[in-house]
Amino acid sequence: MTILECKKLCKNYDEKVALKDVNLEVKSGKIIGLLGKNGSGKTTLIKLINDLLTPTSGKVLVEGSAPGINSKEVISYLPERTYFSSEMKVIDTIKYFEDFYKNFNKEKAFKLLKDLDLDINMKISKMSKGMREKLQLILVMSRDAKLYILDEPLGGVDPATRDYILDTILSNFCEGASVIISTHLISDIERILDEVIFIDNGEVKLHETTDDLREKENASIDEIFRRMFKC
Amino acid sequence: MGFIFDNERPIYVQLVEQIRLKIVSGEYKMNEKLPSVRDFAVEAKANPNTVQRALVELEKEGLIYTESTSGKFVTNDERKLYDIKDNIIKCKVSCLISDMELLGIKKEEVIKYLKNMKG
Repeated sequence: MTILECKKLCKNYDEKVALKDVNLEVKSGKIIGLLGKNGSGKTTLIKLINDLLTPTSGKVLVEGSAPGINSKEVISYLPERTYFSSEMKVIDTIKYFEDFYKNFNKEKAFKLLKDLDLDINMKISKMSKGMREKLQLILVMSRDAKLYILDEPLGGVDPATRDYILDTILSNFCEGASVIISTHLISDIERILDEVIFIDNGEVKLHETTDDLREKENASIDEIFRRMFKC
Repeated sequence: MGFIFDNERPIYVQLVEQIRLKIVSGEYKMNEKLPSVRDFAVEAKANPNTVQRALVELEKEGLIYTESTSGKFVTNDERKLYDIKDNIIKCKVSCLISDMELLGIKKEEVIKYLKNMKG
């Protein structure tokens, strides 16, 4: 089943073209890497899918319809930056998610927080960057969503935290759901991907199954990416 | 325990090789229930669909079987395990022999080296 479709999707910021003619189809039950250099259009694409930007032309379809109330229920989105006020406590962020999302599984969130030994009365301002990212990820992965979109979940965290993040993604996404992960840290993540989308200069250059690509090119996804987009 | 992958080859091929090894070496015992696809994926830090694909391959080989409701199990076919182990050994030994041939060392000499090898 198709969960997400982009048809001739374009986005311009004034004169500057950010996305050009993006055609994409994402099926259920896949983990997909959205890979591109800084400024290639990854976040623009993600924001369009999440209805945070309006397309200049073309369209986004989530479960066959334009983004709106339904798509916000279907998609669980991890933005590039955490957005909680530093005055909030962990428990407040849980209440926040519970208020916002019907499909938020509070028990799951508590269990994951307990595994991390994170005190629910701790203030966000007292938490390290890595800890904040873990908290945000736990909240996002505790929703029973059909599509998880994670924008740079590995940015700026140490390798041990990266492992924790990958484990949390793998063990918690709902059966049959899809996950889109944007990153430029390819080697850390490529083994968990079903498919990769290479994006460069606002255009989709490639969309393929990772193991087929490895077989064809006799190289890692990281290596293939480097070859294709050599500066 | 543990899986190590080389990112340059298809992950499912490497999973098949490594699970096969764990089965013939007895790390996974005959009739033992295998972890669920999801648990396998987390343990191997691999994609659940990739794990599924590898398990299908191993099932085709006859190394594992599915019990419709309770999951996947290691075969209890001793003959099968023996054959596959035998195959792996033959393959490794013939690799060694052809490597040695490249160095101009004959089979008899290889045997001498093996006998004198410690550990």
